[in-house]
Amino acid sequence: MACISPDGKPTESGTKMLRALQAGLGAPEEIAKEAGLPLFRVRSGLRELTQAGLANQKEDRYVLSEKGAELI
Amino acid sequence: MEEVKEQVSHMPRIGEAAPAFEAVTTHGMLKLEDFKGSWLILFSHPADFTPVCTTEFIAFAEIFPELQKRGVELLGLSVDSTSSHIAWARNVEEKTGVKIPFPIIADLNKEVSLGYGMIHPGQSKTETVRCVFIIDPNQIIRTILYYPLTTGRNMDEILRIVDALQTTDKNAVATPANWRPGDMVVVPPPNTQEMAEERLKQGYECIDWYLCKKKL
Repeated sequence: MACISPDGKPTESGTKMLRALQAGLGAPEEIAKEAGLPLFRVRSGLRELTQAGLANQKEDRYVLSEKGAELI
Repeated sequence: MEEVKEQVSHMPRIGEAAPAFEAVTTHGMLKLEDFKGSWLILFSHPADFTPVCTTEFIAFAEIFPELQKRGVELLGLSVDSTSSHIAWARNVEEKTGVKIPFPIIADLNKEVSLGYGMIHPGQSKTETVRCVFIIDPNQIIRTILYYPLTTGRNMDEILRIVDALQTTDKNAVATPANWRPGDMVVVPPPNTQEMAEERLKQGYECIDWYLCKKKL
């Protein structure tokens, strides 16, 4: 897990992505720019955050979930 | 042995869609589609903690900034575990000061290696040979290089190929032998007699109607 540590807490890159979602950014390209991460990392990270229930996907965009908001 | 032969019977070819994968890497679980829109160099090495591979990883890390300028991502692969990759990358940084900035696939079940024809049983039945797949933003394989276990790759050539492919795509031209950025490029040969006659009047530097060059 690149975005979530074994203890369930977001990693540094996971936190950057959650913060970008909190700021209202939803497209992977926007999040990559804001977080300063490569696009491929953001795409895989958002998949991981979604599977963990920290983000929700709506078509091509992502939003922060309640559970995700509690962690940042 | 029959099983190995069967598994390596499919070799990807230039112009084909790159085989899809989902793989464990040192940067988490990655899919090929995560790289869509970027150029990607997928390369394999025989094993972590081996001498030639270590020199190559340092060299790949050194050209990484140049690749990034060209919109190219790097993705390494071997059949070692993620723990081995992490330990090796840390060792390289500790001993040489070079940080490995790109992900490395831990292809323990050889799923990606076999899909990409990276295992050549005549060289090794268990390790991947030194392969380089240059994949374009539409995920089409544009170049394949294979090197034997004993020969480290040439990074200048890899950069040169990326430059050549990007120049070709942008300008609809070809590049001659030993081409370097800034050199003249080859104009595509004419398809009809009329076009051949016109070609010689177009101000290109021509040896004959079928070999004309121009500056970009």
